Amino acid sequence: MTVPASPTVAAPSSTRASQGAPVSPLALGGYWLRTELRVILRRGTDVIAALVFFLMVTTLFPFAIGSQPELLRAVGPGVVWVAALLSVLLSQAHLFSDEWRDGSLEQWLMHAPWPLLAVYARIGAQWLTSGVAITLMAPLIALQYGLTAPSVAVLMLSLLLGTPVLCLLGALAAALTLGVRHASLLMALVMLPLAVPVLVFGAGAVGAWQAGIDPEAHLSLLGALLALAVPLLGGAILWALRISVQQ
Amino acid sequence: MSTTFKPLDRDASTDAARSRRWLWLAAPPRFFALATALIPWCLALAAVLGAAGLWVGLWLAPTDAQQGEVYRIIFVHVPAAWMSMLIYLAMAGWAAIGLIFQARLASMMARALAPTGALMTFLALFTGALWGQPTWGTWWVWDARLTSELLLLFLYLGFIALHGSIEDPRRADRAAGLLALAGVINVPIIYFSVQWWNTLHQGASVSLTRAPSMASTMLSGMLLMALAFWAYSIAAALMRVRAQLLRREQHAAWAQSAAHTQARESQP
Amino acid sequence: MLSPSAAAPALELHDVACIRGSNLLFRGVTLRLLPGQMLRVRGANGCGKSSLLRVMCGLLPAAHGQVLWHGQPMRGREGEASDLLYLGHQHGLREELSARENLDFAASLGGERPSQAAITQALVQAGLRASAEVPLRRLSQGQRRRCALARLPLARRQRLWILDEPFNALDAEGTEWLMSEMHGHLRRDGLVVFTSHQSLPIDATADLELAL
Repeated sequence: MTVPASPTVAAPSSTRASQGAPVSPLALGGYWLRTELRVILRRGTDVIAALVFFLMVTTLFPFAIGSQPELLRAVGPGVVWVAALLSVLLSQAHLFSDEWRDGSLEQWLMHAPWPLLAVYARIGAQWLTSGVAITLMAPLIALQYGLTAPSVAVLMLSLLLGTPVLCLLGALAAALTLGVRHASLLMALVMLPLAVPVLVFGAGAVGAWQAGIDPEAHLSLLGALLALAVPLLGGAILWALRISVQQ
Repeated sequence: MSTTFKPLDRDASTDAARSRRWLWLAAPPRFFALATALIPWCLALAAVLGAAGLWVGLWLAPTDAQQGEVYRIIFVHVPAAWMSMLIYLAMAGWAAIGLIFQARLASMMARALAPTGALMTFLALFTGALWGQPTWGTWWVWDARLTSELLLLFLYLGFIALHGSIEDPRRADRAAGLLALAGVINVPIIYFSVQWWNTLHQGASVSLTRAPSMASTMLSGMLLMALAFWAYSIAAALMRVRAQLLRREQHAAWAQSAAHTQARESQP
Repeated sequence: MLSPSAAAPALELHDVACIRGSNLLFRGVTLRLLPGQMLRVRGANGCGKSSLLRVMCGLLPAAHGQVLWHGQPMRGREGEASDLLYLGHQHGLREELSARENLDFAASLGGERPSQAAITQALVQAGLRASAEVPLRRLSQGQRRRCALARLPLARRQRLWILDEPFNALDAEGTEWLMSEMHGHLRRDGLVVFTSHQSLPIDATADLELAL
């Protein structure tokens, strides 16, 4: 173990060296995003578990409702969307709880300049490893359900627009139920009613395409939801985190 | 050189009682007295208005050509649906006041309104089913209003569950309050999306919104019932706030004497 | 170095009370801490030391009374202004990251990205040079505490240091180092508030002591 340097010698040089140049919010946000991704990927199993869950749920449906191709083609988009919703809910369940327990959450609530940016970095990293992953898996599920290629494209676009909103809603539910016993059930009760519009527009877009209607209206409504959700829910999540930490 | 500060002794229960009383300012005892006075009047008003509304609905309003006598259930269904929405708005309003101004009484009011709101929502759903069965042969119809009412019920239940599962009362008030605010902003979005979903899928050929055209007597009957529900909701909320105050303030002298008076009055 | 406004950055508590759940932890706490002064809060477990510190930095709202910093009420965001450093009872570090990455992240919370050389130096001072690249999960409690405290050499802009049980799990060498860091901060006109439930040589040098 090295002997710590005596303070009178170390102080002047460390003062000069430690004053890094103040960083722009964009650079700081980028660094936080990369750090969060690093943490999530090092945990590894959580990401894979959420994806496997998604696959499992979509695989279960044909066992329950029969495997006729027309039926599956009709319910496919809805099933994918519900499975995506449940996977996002599950993966958000422990979004903040680890940091709350080890004290790093209150550290960045307390100290971070632009704490809203820190929230977005956290959720953004979550979305990249859950929502985007689910979107990329959608073609696989589409094979199972016999969806045509254009339907798959619409499905992926709707998931790309909708999963960020789901992640934000899940994060709000997680922030409100931080530290509560059996939080995941409560999170579901809180999140699911609020997620209905996303479900309607998202699955509806693919359904519209399959019925021969232009899905543009659905997709633009999804986009509008996303545009509303990012600022409003972001602020609400930060507020909810402060409420939960003040104990 | 060090100086030692010693905070005052905190063991005496009267000391704790006194300290908590100054935390509340003088509002709770006054509010408690006000609530106690108002409740019987509200209940009486609810009874009178309810009787008048039922008289109009069951007696005065004409029989409908298509649906016969069954349609009369809208005199409960529609006012209950109106109240469920109104109470949610009021709940969110009180929650906002409680959050922004740190007013604990406002948060307690929001918490007190929630069960009544859930009851109204359930009543709307139940009467909707009772209406649907003889008229169209199904107990449930996926029409826009019923589906929105169902989602509203979940929002109420989520609020109550969140509040109940957090131990610290202050955090519970604020977290549930934030949820109510998020809910109230979402409700128009939910209603719109459900409307959109319903018209697009052209599912049920029947709709509870296609009620018999409103004669003025019918409208006045529904208004009377709505006012009756409103008076009842106020009474119920005030009763709950009183109970909450007694529970949270159990060490304060005024609360103990109020509880004693209550116990004495309820004895034969 | 004493400028006319040096008297302004004081930490003041006026008749502060704290309630956790339905327990009144303490009340009537009034004090004033000036630059260059150190406050030690002592007391048995469960008497509210950590709660008092959280009230001081605004993370926990006071049930009664006021906490003023620079004459303004504390809102729990003063760290954003890089004016305050709070190290809580838990170490506040991410298990999956190494000591270096943790320190980098913690420093970024001050709004800056210190150079790698500065971070290395801080790790050396904290006695963690050998285990700098190891994930925190594999380090001992004492090493994690050192990693949390390694922020102190980098926290030059933060005037007020609020440290909850910083000497926990530290060996004699670590204790020496931490005491010298704290004294160094006081010499730079900083303010230090810390809690401990053990007796330490630093206690004699505390300017103020609060017994709960």
